[in-house]
Amino acid sequence: MKQETSEQLQLLTQAIIQGRVDESGPLAEKALASGRPPLEIIEKACLPAIEEVGRLWEAGEYFLPELIAGAEAMKAAMAILQAALKATGQTLQSAGRVVIGTVEGDIHDIGKNLVASMLRAASFEVIDLGADVKIDKFVEAAVEEKADLIALSALLTTTMLNQKKVIELLKSSGLRDRFRVMVGGAPVTEKYAREIGADGYGESAVQAVAVARSLVQIRR
Amino acid sequence: MAEAIRPQVRFLSQAAVEQIIEEAFELLEKVGLFVENEVALKLLDEAGEKIDQRRSRVFLSRNLVEKGLRSCPAEIKLYDLEGQQEYLVGQDEIHFDPGSAAIKLLDPERLEEREPRTDDLVRLYQLVETLENLDFQSTALVSADVPKEMADIYRLYLGFLFSRKPFVTGLFRVESLKPMLDLLLAIRGDEKSLAAKPLAIFDACPSPPLKWSRLTAESLIQCSRLGVPSELIPMGLTGATSPVTLAGTLVQQVAESFGGLVICQLARPGAPVIFGGSPASFDMRKGTTPMGAVETMMINGAFAQIAKHLHLPTHAYMGLSDSKLVDAQAGLETAMGATLAGLAGINVISGAGMLDFESTQSLEKLVIDNDICGQVLRLVRGVALREKPLALHLFQELGADFNFLVLPHTRKWYRQEHYFSSVLDRDVYDTWTALGRLDIFQRAGKEVSRRLNLYQRPERCREKEVELRSIMTAYARSCGLEKLPEIPGLSD
Repeated sequence: MKQETSEQLQLLTQAIIQGRVDESGPLAEKALASGRPPLEIIEKACLPAIEEVGRLWEAGEYFLPELIAGAEAMKAAMAILQAALKATGQTLQSAGRVVIGTVEGDIHDIGKNLVASMLRAASFEVIDLGADVKIDKFVEAAVEEKADLIALSALLTTTMLNQKKVIELLKSSGLRDRFRVMVGGAPVTEKYAREIGADGYGESAVQAVAVARSLVQIRR
Repeated sequence: MAEAIRPQVRFLSQAAVEQIIEEAFELLEKVGLFVENEVALKLLDEAGEKIDQRRSRVFLSRNLVEKGLRSCPAEIKLYDLEGQQEYLVGQDEIHFDPGSAAIKLLDPERLEEREPRTDDLVRLYQLVETLENLDFQSTALVSADVPKEMADIYRLYLGFLFSRKPFVTGLFRVESLKPMLDLLLAIRGDEKSLAAKPLAIFDACPSPPLKWSRLTAESLIQCSRLGVPSELIPMGLTGATSPVTLAGTLVQQVAESFGGLVICQLARPGAPVIFGGSPASFDMRKGTTPMGAVETMMINGAFAQIAKHLHLPTHAYMGLSDSKLVDAQAGLETAMGATLAGLAGINVISGAGMLDFESTQSLEKLVIDNDICGQVLRLVRGVALREKPLALHLFQELGADFNFLVLPHTRKWYRQEHYFSSVLDRDVYDTWTALGRLDIFQRAGKEVSRRLNLYQRPERCREKEVELRSIMTAYARSCGLEKLPEIPGLSD
């Protein structure tokens, strides 16, 4: 029995790593049916799997389609496992609450969606405001959602200035210390992030997760 | 005498062309087109199209697209500032122009990108005016020393102050459209003359997938009503904003273009439209949009083949590079793209001077690209059969020393048969050393200076200056700018 269930965890891990979106949900159900507690399945099968996806990306073996498929397969499994967890009265420790969006004037949301998926896969609670998000909307949502982090995406050099404006609005409203701010997007650099007073910058969606983790840890 | 064959390249079989068009028709009928413009929606409604008003989605019927294709002209003639020189945009005629709307300029001294200013725009226009292989100008740089609200029209205004070549341009915000068209009207005198002799092409980019925004649809409608050619620029990114396969992206690109064409033809039947594009092979590792990728070029070439099948003028962003410096990568990507575009017979080829994913212009690269374009123009003229017999008679004229150099035949044909470059290195080693061992970037820098010294401001630019300035000044005021930046070179 024991042997069998650990094999089931293996299958689930592999399904997530290989981005088999249709299989990861049913495999999570099977693992539950064998009597394993949901928390154990998450910790032993899912979290190591998504970490491996990130590692394969960093190693240059995975490209964006594999990265997204991994995150989606993770999401499918987690939907089932979190429901089961809730039924037992437990909740998964959230890695943090993130309000994310593409800044005003910018309709590009590929990069933002990718970061949102990866953050969700890494147990963050993500509030996605979409694209072309007004400056004050970020601040409002962060307050309302009691967010730890605000994540600002921009693809255009013309709109990246709006990342700065969000930070300025936080300052002028006396809210700068309440939230950590991270920025990203094609034209954004580490130097620019420092200049506009952001707390963190990730060059890729995988790095964004690491940055988010460290920012939340500092905060806590 | 046998005619010269124009070298050509094809990317699709006839069956593939027809299949892509067929799927595009179905896509528009089944999924529809998103149109965020009230006037365009009204035109489509009046034409009897099925519209989901709540979602601004139009299910475009095949009949209407076919009708639009019938009323759209197969050729456009552009004219220079004086209305004298004529440029045919159609058939297999090719015209090069600088890649447009760069927000950065490569500083040749520091080898860093920086924001361009008024004097940079002036220098670029002056330089392009002297580049004999670029038939058109484009509003190639965005000047950072004026408010963003007027950055689009300001580029065109400066262009008309310094160049007689036709312009490829476009707008960033809807408010600029009228004053930009007013600049054209000021030059031509009235609407009738402008329609008879178009001076500028307006680019309009649908948002992938399948959407024409308020701004872009407005540009299509207003330009069409005035007979100003609209260049449709779909920009699918394979696997990101369009299907990952090249053929799949082509289906979407054709559908988006059909949508734009229909809006133009409803605004005014017979309105000039160019089927163009700026698609890219999306990089699945970096998340970037390489314009120098061979797949990007293949989409452009195949799309032009489809447009030609439909008897429409064509455009593409080709002959540009993603490199950050004017280096070997810049040369190879630019030459490969320009060559393929020429062989594909694309009518308007935008890209010269451009680096870094369509974001950075370089004057030095413009000069080098002028040589690339010159050689492509030579290439497509093919191997001409100049005389009959071709060579036999020469050997009777030649003396015992076989001295071809002295033949009148040589002097008669050498300039037409051979392209002469301005910056490529064709010196022997010792001469090259004696000239300072310069690489092509350094030689191009000298050539930029030489050409800027040769530049002469066209008389017509001088004549129109006051009228153009009053339009520009009025619009600048509405954008909160009381005084325009100092413009160098007006008194030259």
